[in-house]
Amino acid sequence: MKKTYKIEVDCANCANKMEEAAKKTPGVKDAVVNFMALKMAVEFEEGEDPKAVMETVLKNCKKVEDDCEIYL
Amino acid sequence: MNKKQKKMLIRIIVATVLIVLLELLPVEGMLKFVLFLIPYLVIGYDILKKAVKGILNKQVFDENFLMAVATVGAIALGDFEEGVAVMLFYQIGELFQSYAVGKSRRNISQLMDIRPDYANIEEDGSLVKVDPDEVELGTVIVVQPGEKIPIDGIIVEGNTSLNTTALTGESLPRDAKEGEEVISGCVNMTGLIKIRTTKEFGESTVSKILDLVENASSKKSKSEQFITKFARYYTPAVCYGALALALLPPVIRMVFLNLTPEWGNWILRALTFLVISCPCALVISIPLSFFAGIGGAGNAGILIKGSNYLETLSKTDCVVFDKTGTMTQGVFEVAGVHHNTMDKEKLLEYAALAESYSSHPISKSLQKAYGKELDTSRVTDVEEIGGNGVTAKVDGVLVAAGNARLMEKLEISFEECHSVGTVVHVAIDGAYAGHILISDMIKPTAKEAILELKKAGVSKTVMLTGDMDNVAKQVAEELKIDEVHSQLLPADKVSIVEKLLGETKKNGKLAFVGDGINDAPVLSRADIGIAMGALGSDAAIEAADVVLMDDDPIKIAKAIQISRKCLRIVYENIAFALGVKAVCLVLGALGIAGMWMAIFADVGVMVIAVLNAIRALFVKK
Repeated sequence: MKKTYKIEVDCANCANKMEEAAKKTPGVKDAVVNFMALKMAVEFEEGEDPKAVMETVLKNCKKVEDDCEIYL
Repeated sequence: MNKKQKKMLIRIIVATVLIVLLELLPVEGMLKFVLFLIPYLVIGYDILKKAVKGILNKQVFDENFLMAVATVGAIALGDFEEGVAVMLFYQIGELFQSYAVGKSRRNISQLMDIRPDYANIEEDGSLVKVDPDEVELGTVIVVQPGEKIPIDGIIVEGNTSLNTTALTGESLPRDAKEGEEVISGCVNMTGLIKIRTTKEFGESTVSKILDLVENASSKKSKSEQFITKFARYYTPAVCYGALALALLPPVIRMVFLNLTPEWGNWILRALTFLVISCPCALVISIPLSFFAGIGGAGNAGILIKGSNYLETLSKTDCVVFDKTGTMTQGVFEVAGVHHNTMDKEKLLEYAALAESYSSHPISKSLQKAYGKELDTSRVTDVEEIGGNGVTAKVDGVLVAAGNARLMEKLEISFEECHSVGTVVHVAIDGAYAGHILISDMIKPTAKEAILELKKAGVSKTVMLTGDMDNVAKQVAEELKIDEVHSQLLPADKVSIVEKLLGETKKNGKLAFVGDGINDAPVLSRADIGIAMGALGSDAAIEAADVVLMDDDPIKIAKAIQISRKCLRIVYENIAFALGVKAVCLVLGALGIAGMWMAIFADVGVMVIAVLNAIRALFVKK
């Protein structure tokens, strides 16, 4: 399953960091952050609950870039 | 400016005023330190906070950390002004960068302004607004003047003009009438129309384009990957370098040379080193250049699916075209009337009327050339002569219109045509009256497009077509295309492109341009596939790497020019930023460059690189 979320982040490098962090989150098959459109497209592993996974993604992103936001 | 940026601007102004005031006050020592701490914290508290948080989250080597260490270090060594100034200039640079990025983002999102918010459905005589996602296939929707067409479909009622600017970059409105297909994303300008949807919202043009634009930067170019990788090793390397610069020379001086260690001097040099090294100029300007390049192209009606494609496009050395629909219009039109014994219009009128019962493309083009409404009641005794033409009585006059064989059959002597195309001979009352030449028209801008391609540095142009040899040769000659392959089956096109791929220069790339009909395999086989006139053709949008929203061949050259400009900017920025930093790093380590030079190397370089990157957004219309 694939879902797109709106994000808020200040710099391109921070967007890259968020992408890395999201990719490493368990339950996430693939994640792409589009700094241009301020969007994060997340592909979830089979049978995962996107809501729960995204909570962790947000937490992990906050760890690498304090100033970011994902609108769930 | 948004709220965050405004807040930052106020902080910058407050800090600047405070610094100037403090400079005028005759304070020294501890008091000066405490007083300077005020503007420092006003301008830099968030950086310090982020640096601490970064350390806690094991994200040590980032810009915030570099800035915090450098400024705290400078203040600790008693260089209050410089410490505060570094922070101030860093924040000015950040503000500028965020403003610039926001500005180009807004420019680009103008392109994405095509998303329709609702669809109107008529229910019990009144209009109801619904989510376009919920509209089922085959529903009749109503689009009022000023509204966007939300879903692809066919007009079942009403006439209007459509504004396609957001989709194609073309400012001329397009007329649409009952029975015509219309695509989502166009703005209805003049009349109320009712549309029967032929696609679901998710499958409609507008959704496909939005999807494409939104995923554009997910495919990263080699330059971007290089920068990401570079930054990963560079920042830690510089931090250790600075540490070494702070520790090693004093220790060596002390232990081996028996000199005073000069700790302060070397630590200051190390801090200067840190400020210079900040990689933000590169990290921000390279993606920004691509982002701006893709955005600028988008505004011109050229959709590039990713920065990797933009990069490949810039290396195009050989362009291969499909003929029909790309260089020619793919519609048959009357190109001329020759050897006519009567008025040209009169001859066309007779021919069009005689052919009026036929649905053949030839008769359509005759009708179009005639241009007036045909009164079919004037036509009687129509007889189609299989494969040769037609005879009919028009206003009681016997008209024969058809090919050479028809004339031979009717034993009428005729003039051969020397031009290339389909020829309709016309005889009236058994006497030859002239012939009408019908051919696939070359697009008006095709010749200029080839010229522009050559100017953009493309060394070879090749045209492929399924058409007859003489037609192909004539078109190629007129357009000055280097190489032609004619009478090809779709599968032959792939093998020719493969052969050409083998012949291109090592770094040169091959681009294939097609109209997306039947050439999906070739589009994906070429280094870069360009689909043109993609409005309404899903297959083309999917198979191609670059999509030209309208069918103007000049856009091919424009796309290549945009990509070349963008890549030139990228290389300029890489060379400029790395060059200035390298020089300043050496000067800083040697103690020649002070903190002020370091600030220029960081913020100045970034501002220049960002300004340069934004140039990629501007595309000459």
